[in-house]
Amino acid sequence: MIAEIGHFALILALGVALLQAVVPLWGARRNDPVLMGLAGPASVVQFLLVAVSFAALTHAYVVSDFSVMNVFSNSHTDKPLLYKVSGVWGNHEGSLLLWITILALFGLAVSLFGGNLPPGLKARALAVQAMITVGFLLFILFTSNPFERLDPPPINGQGLNPLLQDPGLAFHPPFLYLGYVGFSMAFSFAIAALIEGRVDAAWARWVRPWTLVAWVFLTCGIVLGSWWAYYELGWGGWWYWDPVENASFMPWLAGTALLHSAVVVEKRDALKSWTIFLAILAFGLSLLGTFLVRSGVITSVHAFASDPTRGVFILGLLVIAIGGSFALYAVRAPSLKTGGLFAPISREGALLLNNVLMATGAGTVLLGTLYPLFADAFDLGKVSVGPPFFNSVFVPLMVPMVLAMAAGPFMSWKRADLMGVLGRLKLVLGLAVVAAGVTWFLEGGTAGPWWAAGGIGLAVWLFLGTLAEWAERVRLFKAPAEALGRARRLPRAAWGMTLAHAGLALFIAGATASSAWKQESVQSQKVGEAVTVAGYTFTLTDVRDVQGPNYVASTGTFEVTRDGKPFATMTPAKRTYKMPPRPTTEAAIVGTFWGDVYAVVGDKDPDGGYVTRLYFNPLVPWMWMGALVMVIGGLVSLSDRRHRVGAPTRARAGAKTQPAKA
Amino acid sequence: MKRVLFALGLGMLSLPALAADPSEMLKDPALETRAENLGKELRCLVCQSESIEDSNADLAKDLRIVVREQIQSGKSDAEVKKFVVDRYGDYVLLRPPFKPTTLVLWLGPFAFFGLGLVAVWAFYRRRGASQNPAAPAPLTEAEKRRLDALLKEEK
Repeated sequence: MIAEIGHFALILALGVALLQAVVPLWGARRNDPVLMGLAGPASVVQFLLVAVSFAALTHAYVVSDFSVMNVFSNSHTDKPLLYKVSGVWGNHEGSLLLWITILALFGLAVSLFGGNLPPGLKARALAVQAMITVGFLLFILFTSNPFERLDPPPINGQGLNPLLQDPGLAFHPPFLYLGYVGFSMAFSFAIAALIEGRVDAAWARWVRPWTLVAWVFLTCGIVLGSWWAYYELGWGGWWYWDPVENASFMPWLAGTALLHSAVVVEKRDALKSWTIFLAILAFGLSLLGTFLVRSGVITSVHAFASDPTRGVFILGLLVIAIGGSFALYAVRAPSLKTGGLFAPISREGALLLNNVLMATGAGTVLLGTLYPLFADAFDLGKVSVGPPFFNSVFVPLMVPMVLAMAAGPFMSWKRADLMGVLGRLKLVLGLAVVAAGVTWFLEGGTAGPWWAAGGIGLAVWLFLGTLAEWAERVRLFKAPAEALGRARRLPRAAWGMTLAHAGLALFIAGATASSAWKQESVQSQKVGEAVTVAGYTFTLTDVRDVQGPNYVASTGTFEVTRDGKPFATMTPAKRTYKMPPRPTTEAAIVGTFWGDVYAVVGDKDPDGGYVTRLYFNPLVPWMWMGALVMVIGGLVSLSDRRHRVGAPTRARAGAKTQPAKA
Repeated sequence: MKRVLFALGLGMLSLPALAADPSEMLKDPALETRAENLGKELRCLVCQSESIEDSNADLAKDLRIVVREQIQSGKSDAEVKKFVVDRYGDYVLLRPPFKPTTLVLWLGPFAFFGLGLVAVWAFYRRRGASQNPAAPAPLTEAEKRRLDALLKEEK
């Protein structure tokens, strides 16, 4: 019964969304406040209906109602409660329902916090938001109904893929989707602005914080996934340039560009049409990402063709949404009034350069991800595009970006003095070169990978450059006595920038070091034997079976010493789940300042030993710390009072509580 | 299995990649390093974008052994690669070769960047030409009232 309520609520939500997609738009055209005013309540009702539906599915999972096919296929009574709940979005239908729920949540946010928006803009944006909802509701109702029943109901379910039964991955999809769908806000407002034919500061003041919200969530989502891969896949890698990863990385790149160009719209009333373009691009890539992972097209064009219903539906959705928006853009964007002038060497110019590089990066990832499909479809032969391609094309593209990133914030608006800026960065440049030189020396010249010294130099350049800019802002060296007060009065958005840029510097250092100097040892190890990696001596003292709630773990114990002194006891495991019967590896990781000590235990081999993999992954904690600092930077920036002017008082609460709620 | 994961589409999903078995590894660490680096460039043909070094599929294991045999027989990296490509085609290379059918792939990023720069250049030129930017449209009465209200709220 509850499942039917959920299904019915979705159908009602479709009706409401259709209404919301049409009436306010018409009202805005006729400037009829009543018709426009319908958008707000409609979005509230729509959210409530979708929420009921989501709650119904969650209920079915929590009580293990196996008469619902979706629950039967993805759950089991033995699962811990957390994974019963996360099982809701651990499958195609449920994750789409989550997508729609989050979309409705953002619609709700517009009507709750958008009290100060111009009524026409608000009505149109909500109508656009509803159009997206209509598309996805049609998709779920016609091709992916999560409430389908089974008769007779089976005794127990098939269980959730054990790889998904992990805290990191339980929260990965909601964060990712909050990010993806968060860009719908910028998108809806971009389309609304195109319909209206104007982009003003009120527009930018609304779009900027919401883009930031989406960016923070997307960053969290990507990092959670990467972190999971790092500890769960058992060999210390953290990024694979896998199509599914790329699908989330492309909107991140476009969203980051959007974040920066929205600043120019807000402060200088320039780059409007470019910002609109990026808003469409960011959400378009989010949709594309959803399409890529949902349609099966990634696996192969043929898999897609053999079961095309879902794929064709979502491809159609994609074509209408992206094609329609860009067509509208082509028609309307030229009529957008251009605002403030600026010279190429200026803050605006630097942000524009960031945009070009970010967009090129997104384009490169897109090309690499889709090329095998094109090659296959146009008979150019089967091609694989893997990590070696992305590393050799994408990474060099980001070098000029990081070089410019330290200098950009020093530039003044409108017109800057490049020589003056570089003069102020002289010391930082010197230190970065020294750092690169020292790295080169320490890794024994040509013995190490040649790019490692460059990576560390870049990280130092960005980190110190960012700190130098902050120090100059608070006049740390010129007037140290006042510096604290100045730091306190520094706008939160400026703090956010400093933190996010410094976080990226930490990330670059960690990524460089872990890729360049990972040390590993793979061997067959008998109980009692010791192996030394990077100065850490791992003695395998015990391997025994440990019973978990729905798995058996073969758990190894390593006594790890360093220079003869005890360092840690590490207990990696290999789990075998009962339902479905699949193995997972649980690495044991002990973080130190200089890197992670990482141990994995594998199968028993015929002569009584165990396959063990022992690693030292240098500076990996810096990567996670860097990502965390970036996210904190985003949150600090969100708390800036200027971000609330466009949507005051209530939006303030909204901007702050949103992240906490997730 | 991998396909199932992709269908789930939950971001970064891959098999627990406990690939190379200690028994396969070459005794000479320099040769083994070469084999690993080569292996990272070769695709496990039955997997979803995994290199043979990362995959625990049987085919990947066979290919790892082939690569090691070839290396031990004294062939250069390029010769080993050619040996594998001759048997499996370009599909086995994770870094596609630069040739007419992959021109778009390799030059695309540069084309994107070039396009971006041209667009920026055109943007500045247009700006330079119109030295006299139109003054922003004056506020309407309603907008003025709103502005006042907003400013008051700020205080």
